[in-house]
This record gives sequence, structure tokens and C-alpha cells, in this order.
Amino acid sequence: MSLLKVNNLSISFGGLRAVDQFNINVEKGQLYGLIGPNGAGKTTVFNLLTGVYRPNEGIVYLDGKDITNKKTMDISKEGVGRTFQNIRLFKKLSVLDNVKVGLHNRYHYNSAAGILRLPKYHRIEKEMNEEAYRLLSVFDLVGEAQMAAGNLPYGKQRKLEIARTMATNPKLLLLDEPAAGMNPNETKELMDTIKFVRDEFAMTILLIEHDMKLVAGICEELTVLNFGKILVSGKTSLVLADSRVITAYLGED
Amino acid sequence: MRERLAQIPKPMRENLITFGIVVVAFIVMQILISLNMLSHLMTGLLVPLCVYVIMAVSLNLTVGILGELSLGHAGFMCLGAFAGAFFTKVMENVITFSLFRFILAILIGALVAGVFGLLIGLPVLRFRGDYLAIVTLAFGEIIKNIINALFVGLDDKGFHFSLRDSLSLGMGEEGRVIINGAQGIVGMPRDSTFLIGTILVIITLFIVLNLINSRDGRAIMSIRDNLIASESVGIDVTRYKLMAFTISAALAGVAGVLYSHNLNSVQATPRNFGFNMSIMILVFVVLGGIGNIRGSIIAAVVLTVLPEVLRGISDQRMLIYSVILIVMMIFNWSPKVLEWREKHSLKEWLSRLRKRKAKV
Repeated sequence: MSLLKVNNLSISFGGLRAVDQFNINVEKGQLYGLIGPNGAGKTTVFNLLTGVYRPNEGIVYLDGKDITNKKTMDISKEGVGRTFQNIRLFKKLSVLDNVKVGLHNRYHYNSAAGILRLPKYHRIEKEMNEEAYRLLSVFDLVGEAQMAAGNLPYGKQRKLEIARTMATNPKLLLLDEPAAGMNPNETKELMDTIKFVRDEFAMTILLIEHDMKLVAGICEELTVLNFGKILVSGKTSLVLADSRVITAYLGED
Repeated sequence: MRERLAQIPKPMRENLITFGIVVVAFIVMQILISLNMLSHLMTGLLVPLCVYVIMAVSLNLTVGILGELSLGHAGFMCLGAFAGAFFTKVMENVITFSLFRFILAILIGALVAGVFGLLIGLPVLRFRGDYLAIVTLAFGEIIKNIINALFVGLDDKGFHFSLRDSLSLGMGEEGRVIINGAQGIVGMPRDSTFLIGTILVIITLFIVLNLINSRDGRAIMSIRDNLIASESVGIDVTRYKLMAFTISAALAGVAGVLYSHNLNSVQATPRNFGFNMSIMILVFVVLGGIGNIRGSIIAAVVLTVLPEVLRGISDQRMLIYSVILIVMMIFNWSPKVLEWREKHSLKEWLSRLRKRKAKV
């Protein structure tokens, strides 16, 4: 069954058609790649899916439910989690608190309980801490729990961002260039992390990537965007061998 | 003892230290007063000190924790001051138990300022940065000027309002003017004491510090650190912005009530509630360290006491004041100095001492 189904998604900025008639169908549990040269509109697609931009036309279904014109906040509640190309952590908060912000909508107590330190506050905070530490241990970040997130090394910041998103308990995880700025070793480790997340949490993942090795290594299906339009889409090995994709990346002879 | 202290989580330990500082300062002041070692001038400064500390801590909630620049904080103080004073004046002969009346006045001041905070926050918090600063600045001035021109009277028929003069209130024979335009409210019972002021400071700290270390506080700080990421994990940005702004305004209202009940008469002058006051409070917050609640308290106290202490050398007063501002700025913000403070802090010194002892 398809988890994410997008029909004819389009948006224009002024005269520029940034995304034109975008279609995608991601099955549950799939690791799906969205690739394309710089400026092809990949991040714009993510911004459309998460409600940062409103599409001019098209419909987005998540698990059969129309989430097209919802607010970012509500789309997160529906179960779409994302990370960002340029890492966006809560830099001054501790690593633990970053994950606890992710847990925000899963654990509730009202403001009065928080300010007056009622028993409910202590009980829920304890549960939140346990859950947050569980996630941190999955991503190997327990040792840095009390550190300010902004002081983490780059690779760990990426991991924390994924951990924070996983804390919202998403159905679909959108990763925007997770390997950007990483050295080969870090990329290798990241590939393992992504595969691990998919298997451990039975997660459906749609990722944008430039690193062809990473894409070829982990994605089952690919869609290639070029100038806002879909160029090719299908099984990874077939797409990467397609002459149009090679032309789009390397130019013509 | 030390092990038990270490068991308390770090943020809570930091908060306990902050409360401890306030309580110790209060006790020291009381001892000084009873020993007659405090000048008349300094004694008169004790309640205003509490007012400024509450103002600085509450503004830090908007500026340091929510991360939005507000230049209209004195406007909320003005609202609280007049709402509380108005209530006290009306109820002066109805509720004679002054402490009870004062507590009600504080609650009303907080409520009125909080409601206005919410109403103003709704449209204003759509702006960011400079724009928000300009709008809040304008709001503060508007509040002050409206109250400065407001006439309210009370007779057996009820309340009368006017923005022209006291005659146009059209009251009966028995009527009395409560808010008299630019003359404000006169003949206030002076209910504020240093003890009540200190208790209000502690309540303010309790609210702000506990809020910061809760689910709501984390949401508010996440907005400060990264709005887009905050939305992407499902935080209701508008709601939490409003929450922080409203609580901040309500606490400024409390400070206002404390302020107005420390005077015989209260007027909405630029000196009291104008732009300069908002800026002064902002200076406390910035110098104390944005987001650092304890720093706000210390900066508010030091910078309020300082001009009074320097009164003797009135010619060089502003010069010394500004030099101290610069020194505090360097002490709190220069990376090199921060590094040095880290290395030579009391905590480091103590732990080194402990290690040396352990060796022996």
C-alpha cells in the first residue's frame, strides 16, 4: 500500500515554475531517493510536502489522507518528519532537550502543572526522559546528552536531527541531503544509520541526495528531477543507467 | 551533604542558588535597616529595586527566552500600575484590610496587563526582529499617553469616563475623580513594603524559572533557536509566542502595581513609564546576559543602586556610570573574558582545592 502519494504537484515563484507536475508514489517501508542537479527543485518538493509552501495545484496524500493545504505544524502531527539540508538544531538547548522538543506532542501536561511542579509534571518528565534517552542510545548520543546541541561535531549534529525527528513518531521520514558536507567515513556511517532507522522503526524514508554512492547503496527506487520536472523514475539500477540522467548531471558530449 | 546536592539535577540546583541569593540579600538588608546602617535614600530605594528586578526578569522572558525584542515593556508596567491603583482607590473604604486589598490589586494589575499583552501580542507577534521592536515601542507610548489623558470618576450612578477634562465627566454632587488626567491618581495608600516586594520577586522567579524548565519552556526556547525546525516538529509557534509574551506582560503588570503602591500619587509621565524606562530595563537584561535570569537580577540591582551611590560626585556621575556599563558589557560578553571566568570561577577553584586536599 502506498504511504505517500503525490499527484501533479506544482508551484511557481513569479515566472519560474519551480516544481512542475510532480508525481511520486512511495510504498510503506520503502527507501526512496529523490535526486537531480542543483536547482532542480528537490528541496522545494520537500517544502511543499511539509507545508512550508502552498502548492498552486496538486494533491498530497499521506496514508490515504489529504494533507495538501495543512500547516507545517499539523503535517508534523499527521506523521511527516523531516531534516534540513543546512542542519537546523535548537543550538542553545541541550542534546537531550532537542529530543524532548521532538516529543512535545506525544507527552502532555498543562502549563499550571509545569509552573507549580505538580506530581503530573514529575511523572511525565520522567517518562519523557526515559523515551528521549532510549532514542539517544539508538543514535549513540547518550554521552553528549547534556551538551549544547550547537557544540556537537558535524556528524553527530546530523544524527541528532534525525533523532529529534524520530521523536515525533513519524510515519514518513524526509531527509534533505543527509550526507552533505560529510567525509567518506561519515557518509558510510550515515548510510548504516539510515538503513538501521528503516529496519528498527519500520520507517518509510524519502531522501534527497547528491552522493551517488549513497543513493546507489541504499535506495530501492529513484525519481530524478531536472528543472522542476520529473526526468526519469523507477528502480535505482535502471534509473542510474539511463542516458538522460547522465546527460542531466554531466551535460551533453 | 555534597552527595545530596549533587543528586539534584543541574538546572534545579542553579535555580536554588538564584532563590538563595534573593533571600540572603533580603536578610542582609533587613539587618542593615535594624542596625540603622542604611541611609534614608537607600531605604527608599528598596521597593523600586524589587520593581526593577521583576521588570528585568519578566523582560528576559520575552527577549532572552522567546528571543523577540520588545521595547514597550514599560507600557505593561504602566497598565498594571494604574489598574492596581485604580482598584485600590475605588475599594479604599470598602476593603479596609490593606494587605488583602493589595493582593487583589496585584492580581488585577497582572490580569489587565496580561490581557493587553495577549491582545497586543496577537497581531504584533507576526512581526519579527526590528519590526516587532518598533511596534512594541509605539504601543508603550500609546498606553502611556492615553492614560495620561484619561479621566475617570465615580459617583452613585457608577463610573464616568472622559478624555477631555474632569468637568466633562458629568458627575453628581458626591462624585469623586479617581484618575485625574495628567495628575494621575493621588492620595494612594502606600501598601508596598520591601517584604512584599521580595516575595513578589521570588514568585516571579518561581514562575519564570519553572516555566523555562518545563515542556512549554522548551517549546518557547525552540522557537528562539530555530523557528522553522520548531514548526517542523509540530510546535504551535503562535501559541507559545503568545504564552511567553502574555506571562511577561502580566509580570510587568505586577511590577507596576508594586511601583504605584509605593508612591503617594502616580502619574503616567515619560520618566515613569516612557521609552526611557523600557530601554533601561532592556539594558539590565542585555548586561545581565540575554537569557540569564540571575544576571538580570544582578544587573538590575547594580545599575539601580549605582547612580544613587554616585550622587555625591554628581559631576562625574554619568561618566562613571557609563564606564561601568562598558566594563559590565565586556565582563559578560567578551569571549576572552568569558574564557578567563570559566578558568578562574569559584567552582573551579573549589574543585582544585578539593583535589589538593585529597592528595594530602
